[in-house]
Amino acid sequence: MLVAVASTLVFAAVIAVVLANSPGWQVTRETFLSPQYFVEALPAVASGLWLNIRVLAVAVLGVAVLAVLLATMRSLRGPVFFPLRVLSAAYTDLFRGMPFIIVLYLIGFGIPALGLVDHVIPVALLGTVALVLTYSSYVAEVLRAGLEAVHPSQRLAARSMGLSHGKTLRFVIIPQAVRKVTPALMNDFISMQKDVGLISVLGAVDAVRAAQIHQGQTYNFTAYVVAGVLFVLISWPFIRLSDWYSARLREREQAGGMV
Amino acid sequence: MAKLPFEPATGHLGPVLDVRGVVKRFGSNIVLRGLDLAVDAHEVVVLLGASGSGKSTLLRTVNLLERVDDGQIFLQGTDITDPRIDDDAVRARIGVVFQHYNLFPHLSVLDNITLAARKVHGVPKQDAQDKGMSLLERIGLAQFARQFPDRLSGGQQQRVAIVRALATSPQLLLLDEITSALDPVLVGEVLDLVRELKEQGTTILMATHEIGFARQVADRVVFLEHGRIAEQGPPEQVIDAPSQPATRDFLARVLR
Repeated sequence: MLVAVASTLVFAAVIAVVLANSPGWQVTRETFLSPQYFVEALPAVASGLWLNIRVLAVAVLGVAVLAVLLATMRSLRGPVFFPLRVLSAAYTDLFRGMPFIIVLYLIGFGIPALGLVDHVIPVALLGTVALVLTYSSYVAEVLRAGLEAVHPSQRLAARSMGLSHGKTLRFVIIPQAVRKVTPALMNDFISMQKDVGLISVLGAVDAVRAAQIHQGQTYNFTAYVVAGVLFVLISWPFIRLSDWYSARLREREQAGGMV
Repeated sequence: MAKLPFEPATGHLGPVLDVRGVVKRFGSNIVLRGLDLAVDAHEVVVLLGASGSGKSTLLRTVNLLERVDDGQIFLQGTDITDPRIDDDAVRARIGVVFQHYNLFPHLSVLDNITLAARKVHGVPKQDAQDKGMSLLERIGLAQFARQFPDRLSGGQQQRVAIVRALATSPQLLLLDEITSALDPVLVGEVLDLVRELKEQGTTILMATHEIGFARQVADRVVFLEHGRIAEQGPPEQVIDAPSQPATRDFLARVLR
């Protein structure tokens, strides 16, 4: 314990000394870590973050629905469902392979170009759609891995008591699959939480865009640090929550300690 | 295509289960070779036979977990191998217990027991739970109702699995080597429960390697060899005075 504390302190001190003695430290500190600009940028960036949070909340629901659908489609057996399986596989291959920024551009600029509706489609909505398309492909694959990790005897037991394929999935297979992949799902969620900041490229005034505006007005980069700090702050509770939840399930459903 | 719901044949008085000329192949391997077997109401039929003789496959075809390649299976006089029959409705009337319990690890003991009643038979939650609790009390495990299966010993889990199969009052109970995964101390408590079920008149078709238990509990012992019935009759005949060399050979190996 003492050793750990001492080594951490020494390590921190070394970094501080290196930073403070670097030739551009004064300028860097004023440009990126100015307390004055920090306070000044905070309200605009925070209200931008509120947009990120709303987009994220809607996108998470969309991802959950679409990913379960895709994973389920891919797990269907029998020749009748071949087209569905292929469709699901093609979808996940396409959207996992394509950089998110490209999807954003294609959806963000392509959909309005079609002129399907008379009024302007909000960019936040288009960003949400792009987020759902990309992340549902990742999450679908994670879920599929989870579905396949549930032992076949569980399906057998469920079917043997008369549960249909759908009810077996819903009450027996999916709950166990989700437990197995909770850490991976949380990983995707946190990654999504950050990528939601990319909707700024479409012009949505989110935290990143608000920071950019502030930087454009002041020539000071502190607003980006504000946005970064806020993103970390919102992700942190979810990280802890997922750790806590996994531990609780393990404690409840598995006897004995971990080896 | 809408499937026909399973209905027992009207005025059916014959056997609960009637297997007629059932053939099952896995690729080139023929596991069941035209097997005939009837089980009457309240009868306990024990399947004996070496591994690979077709005991488990027979149980699985009866519950439609495997499709028969030929022959028919009648449950209460209705042909359940008819492709128009709803498999799930048939399975809902047959209880199955597996060698490895196959309890659902994410559900509490009570939820394991009530799942089929609630989600298949549409029993209101409270009613299903009341019945589940009374079943758990009967097997002395009521204090574990809210626990998760992993907290229970193997014998306790297997008793929960048996009760889970019974919770929907099936017409027939299939037990597939339910003591094979248990250590000898725990085997007793599971077999006691099966004995109790017999006394209550449950119709049971079971595969087992417990010869001594088969002798006590079986109304009829059926000895399978290579997917056919080699010999059948009351236990004192098949187990104590087998007429077939295959049966004698098997018993000599198991009882040694």
